[in-house]
Amino acid sequence: MKVMVTGVAGHMGRLVAYMLLEQGHEVIGLDRRAWYHPPDGIRVFQADIRKRPAEDVFRTQQPDAVIHMATVTHLTHRSEDRYRINLKGTQAFFEHCHRYGVKRAIFVGRHTFYGAAPDSPLYHTESEPPMAVHTFPELSDLVAADLYAGATLWRHPEIDTSVLRCCYTLGPLRQGTLAAFLRGPRVPTVLGFDPLFQFIHERDAARAIVLALSKGLRGVYNVAGPPPVPLSVVIRETGRSNLPIPEPLFRAALGRFGLPDLPRGALEHVKYPIVIDGTEFAEATGFTAQFDEDATLRAYRDA
Amino acid sequence: MIPPSLIPLPIAPEVAKRVDALELPFSRHGVDPYGIDKKELAKFFTLLRFLYERYFDIECVGIHNVPGRGRAMLVGNHSGGVALDGLMVIASAFLEMQTPRLAQGMAEKFLQKVPFLANFSNRLGQFTGLPEHCIRLLEDDRLLMVFPEGARGTAKLYRDRDSLVQFGTGFVRLALRTATPIVPVAFVGGGEAIPTVANLYGLGKFLGVPYVPITPYGVALPLPVRLKILYGEPVMLEGDASDTDEVIARHVALIKGKLAELIAQGRALREGQITAEEVKLS
Repeated sequence: MKVMVTGVAGHMGRLVAYMLLEQGHEVIGLDRRAWYHPPDGIRVFQADIRKRPAEDVFRTQQPDAVIHMATVTHLTHRSEDRYRINLKGTQAFFEHCHRYGVKRAIFVGRHTFYGAAPDSPLYHTESEPPMAVHTFPELSDLVAADLYAGATLWRHPEIDTSVLRCCYTLGPLRQGTLAAFLRGPRVPTVLGFDPLFQFIHERDAARAIVLALSKGLRGVYNVAGPPPVPLSVVIRETGRSNLPIPEPLFRAALGRFGLPDLPRGALEHVKYPIVIDGTEFAEATGFTAQFDEDATLRAYRDA
Repeated sequence: MIPPSLIPLPIAPEVAKRVDALELPFSRHGVDPYGIDKKELAKFFTLLRFLYERYFDIECVGIHNVPGRGRAMLVGNHSGGVALDGLMVIASAFLEMQTPRLAQGMAEKFLQKVPFLANFSNRLGQFTGLPEHCIRLLEDDRLLMVFPEGARGTAKLYRDRDSLVQFGTGFVRLALRTATPIVPVAFVGGGEAIPTVANLYGLGKFLGVPYVPITPYGVALPLPVRLKILYGEPVMLEGDASDTDEVIARHVALIKGKLAELIAQGRALREGQITAEEVKLS
């Protein structure tokens, strides 16, 4: 199959591209960032998904399947630019898919879609509404992009579209929301709270994405890894030290004393768990994580 | 309440053995998929065992009515201004059953907002009372504990200690939906342990809790009194979870009636009018 990956120059994008190549697919990459020396078999086009040259790639290359990973988080972009990339980029992506006869499309989303709140249940299922808009306004563009992607199923029913809500990735690449939170030697937590954290090894996440593609999955699915563990265990097992801070001081301490800088809404995500139920995805694809929680935490720690 | 993880509570070896005997899927970290922590359980039950066996004078009748495994719903009456009833029912299911079971309560929402208390209750398997939690735990064949009176029930004053206030109806719909047997549990003596004379709602609002109970001696610390826990025979309701409110109300009334009978017998037992052998649990 001829598969295109948007956001291919990112760490997860590269991992997915390599995995597709290993499985014998013809791989095309699209990114506005450069990937200077891609391996043989991966052709990379440098263009912004929202701009004309990106559409040309769709027209001239005619991919059979595409994986949309060109979304950005508050970690990389703080400006309004983020909203344009995530929303306009996703819109352009699916319009091109429709116009140029793409048969399978995958949107890689995030489990933070569900949001964290004191009254939210453990183990979110796919039918639940996105509470993240309320609890964490900085995520609203990603939530909107997720919902827009899901609407492709009725807007363009001829495309086999799947939306994957993937939990935090962790592993030797040390990239992503949770990896950034754990980067320093001391990890701030809110005194008196120790939520469950759910994460998946980045190789398992890439495998799940490739698996969804090869199965031609349709619909919205949670991609969960091994069972969740308390944040305190995550901190301990990655060799960090836990720095509990009383809630009133928590916001003031962020970004100082070598602690990570988090947006305001992130506080709820450090106090309360977001745990997803990955049963439906596992049943639809036969997916099981190869790395358990210990192996994943070790891989992050020892990288 | 102080979380056990912050104070060096001892773990009794017999309690640790019973925690090991719990049929819960613990990982190598001693944590189950819901975050229930073995070590915290052992500390908690060591403390609870002291209260259960030494501090209070507790008599438990009909523990054989709690299924040894598989889903079941303990439905109890609230008695005592704080969650003493829940704690003692949890203790009895853990200490009195042949193979111990962890009763998982459906807690008030405010609990999750209180530092330490939130963490503490989650590690011990006491989650917010959401229908989603209820269904998931029952489908996982856990032992659920619900108090359909809710916060209205814990706010009962001393003079109303053996009464039942209005029941919620959600528990019946959830039991029908998941085909779960209901085990009525009467708790008698909580009113004597914590003789509430007034509830301060204003102070409660300020502190972020529903209310603060006041006793003749001030704070709501329980007195070492005689307590009775009576487990009735399991009831398997028949019907559909989406039945009309009238049908559901009949099921609720049935359970409430059985509970009221159990409470009356528990009261008679506590006053010495009958013996444990004379209690009718059906």
